[in-house]
Amino acid sequence: MSDVVIHCEGLSKCYRIGEREPYRALRDTLTDSLYAPLRHLRSLLGASSNTVQPNEDSTFWALRDVSFEIRRGEVLGIIGPNGAGKSTLLKILSRITKPTTGRARIRGRVGSLLEVGTGFHPELTGRENIYLNGAVLGMRKAEIERKFDEIVAFAEVERFIDTPVKRYSSGMYVRLAFAVAAHLEPEILLVDEVLAVGDAAFQKKCLGKMGAVAKEGRTILFVSHNMTAVQSLCGRAVWLDGGKVVQQGDAEIIVTEYLQTAAESCLEQVWPDRDTAPGNESVRVRSARVVGLDRAPVETIDTRTPFALEFAYWNLKAGARLNLSVSLYNQEGNCVFTTTTVNEPHWHGKEFPAGLYRSICQVPGGLLNDGSYRAMLLVVQDLGRILYHHEDIVVFEVQDSTEGRGKWYGKWTGVVRPELEWATEWIQPAAEGERFGSPDGGGASPLGNPGAGRPGQCG
Amino acid sequence: MATIIAARELGVAENEVIIQPAHGWIPIDLHEVWEYRELLYFLAWRDIKIRYKQTMIGAGWAIIQPFLMMVVFSLFFGHLAKVPSDGIPYPIFVYCALLPWQLFAHALGESSNSLVANERLITKVYFPRLVIPIAAVCGGLVDFAISFVVLLGLMTYYGVVPGVAIVTLPLFVLLAVLTALAVGLWLSALNVQYRDVRYTLGFLTQFWLFATPVAYPSSLVPASWRPLYGLNPMAGVVEGFRWALLGKAQGPGPLLAVSVTVLILVLIGGALYFARMEDRFADVV
Repeated sequence: MSDVVIHCEGLSKCYRIGEREPYRALRDTLTDSLYAPLRHLRSLLGASSNTVQPNEDSTFWALRDVSFEIRRGEVLGIIGPNGAGKSTLLKILSRITKPTTGRARIRGRVGSLLEVGTGFHPELTGRENIYLNGAVLGMRKAEIERKFDEIVAFAEVERFIDTPVKRYSSGMYVRLAFAVAAHLEPEILLVDEVLAVGDAAFQKKCLGKMGAVAKEGRTILFVSHNMTAVQSLCGRAVWLDGGKVVQQGDAEIIVTEYLQTAAESCLEQVWPDRDTAPGNESVRVRSARVVGLDRAPVETIDTRTPFALEFAYWNLKAGARLNLSVSLYNQEGNCVFTTTTVNEPHWHGKEFPAGLYRSICQVPGGLLNDGSYRAMLLVVQDLGRILYHHEDIVVFEVQDSTEGRGKWYGKWTGVVRPELEWATEWIQPAAEGERFGSPDGGGASPLGNPGAGRPGQCG
Repeated sequence: MATIIAARELGVAENEVIIQPAHGWIPIDLHEVWEYRELLYFLAWRDIKIRYKQTMIGAGWAIIQPFLMMVVFSLFFGHLAKVPSDGIPYPIFVYCALLPWQLFAHALGESSNSLVANERLITKVYFPRLVIPIAAVCGGLVDFAISFVVLLGLMTYYGVVPGVAIVTLPLFVLLAVLTALAVGLWLSALNVQYRDVRYTLGFLTQFWLFATPVAYPSSLVPASWRPLYGLNPMAGVVEGFRWALLGKAQGPGPLLAVSVTVLILVLIGGALYFARMEDRFADVV
């Protein structure tokens, strides 16, 4: 027990549905109170708010009966899909919100980083914001003063330190914000997806700092979607889903199992009945599936897996010249690509007799970056007239591949993630007495040489 | 607000925090607020710093506002309506009341909106939430100090010499600030859930201005009713200011006693209500 620094026991958090809505007008409470004066007066005073168990219909359990322990010096990763309760857990442990039931004991000074730059004010200068942000994160004034020069140097904003941060570029802003956070020296560090912001170099810096903090023997609780980072930084992991602990244990094992089952996607939709299937009097869709190249259902797709999109549809108007067009959108809503059947060799340009058709589009591995994707299907007649369009006809997740990324374990940036051919030659040996830089002197971002040491391959 | 069982109570070597659901009314943890006094200082400092950023006149606004109000009041109430002013020149009579009034009105507005305005902080970092309205109230003191200089000018101009009573002035300043805080605690906590507060505030402040003897002396109120008038703590503050600065014959006396009692009740009630609602702020705001 002595070296357990965080001990959670049956933590649960229940939100009443609607509570996260902007606000409740006083009028609602007042009119309600005409019917049940005492009860509503009590609720106005907050008396019955948290103590009464709300009924099940109007509640949402963001976290349910979560128990785990963290020992001193341990780095624990919390993983799980969106809405699994990871952030809620972090909010409870950093004391921003209270659990509905259960309890947690924390021993030691806690620093929590739910975002970088909390409390930054655009009108204040860099210098002023360092003090303000430091104080918000729980640093003493003397401590900030002592580390001030270090923070400024880390952020590389020396020249602009007396400029209001609203004039900063977004990169400078994030660097400064992170620099302050990086100099927080708590015994226990709670970190949310702060690494999801900023450019690759910044993320590398964040992860490097995290690794350094971990080596100093401090305890870290790290919430992330970045499985590679979790695997390399954390010794243990807790996998949450639907507010419950699915599994906990060795990070390596948990992440692997999580990746195998994580499919909050819609890989297959089938409408067997032609009369009710989505579509119209011209065309109806029978099924849409994400499958392997062998047309078997796929479990997981990672950035290197080739896969196929398969659509089955009824043509109801004999003689129509049909085309399919599929647009793939990523999480940010950007269209990654649009592909059509224009180059399809067998039926393109021909008149389709009435009947059931199937079209398959192969997507090569080494094309999509990791993330979640939605496909939109268009059925087009005569290359111009849209007969039918169906959004989100399939939704699937492309997992991060742990291979082919060298030692870089941060977020791989880019809309796509092709594995391109590279070639390096030694053009000229150094002449006698001539000085070139040291061989590793130019060591730029690891993104510059993906898959270093491996022969290039095109998926 | 998480319940803290600090090391001193458990007798263990290091700080241990126990996080558990809140039940019932929670005592106000002033010790913890004290622990976070530096944050309080920085938040107040931030409010002061940003108030007049990118304005031409800057802190001059702290002088212009009460000064113009004094001119308007002197013209309409003093000159045209001939409101009595206990034998004191009307401009200085009204300015002397406008000073604490502006301090109060500003502090009340800022503190009532403070929790909502600092929503980002509340949902991302832990600290005793009480720090926020307190910091908001403190921010107004600088404006007060600046506009006080004008009063000194007026006093010189009208040849008003304050008596010994001036040493009590800080007490009345404190009374004004605490009154704003007391009401601000209620309103800021209510504002988190019911944004109606924002719309009520302007009306409330105006109404309160007329219920306070700013433009007229409290001697207009029948003597037997005057202690009741103290139910409005700002009446006690304004009367106290005039007594301390302008050397009015009789002190605020029983009126002040009523004011202080009311203030203490509202303040304790506000703090309890605030502590009660505190752990829900992050979920609701």
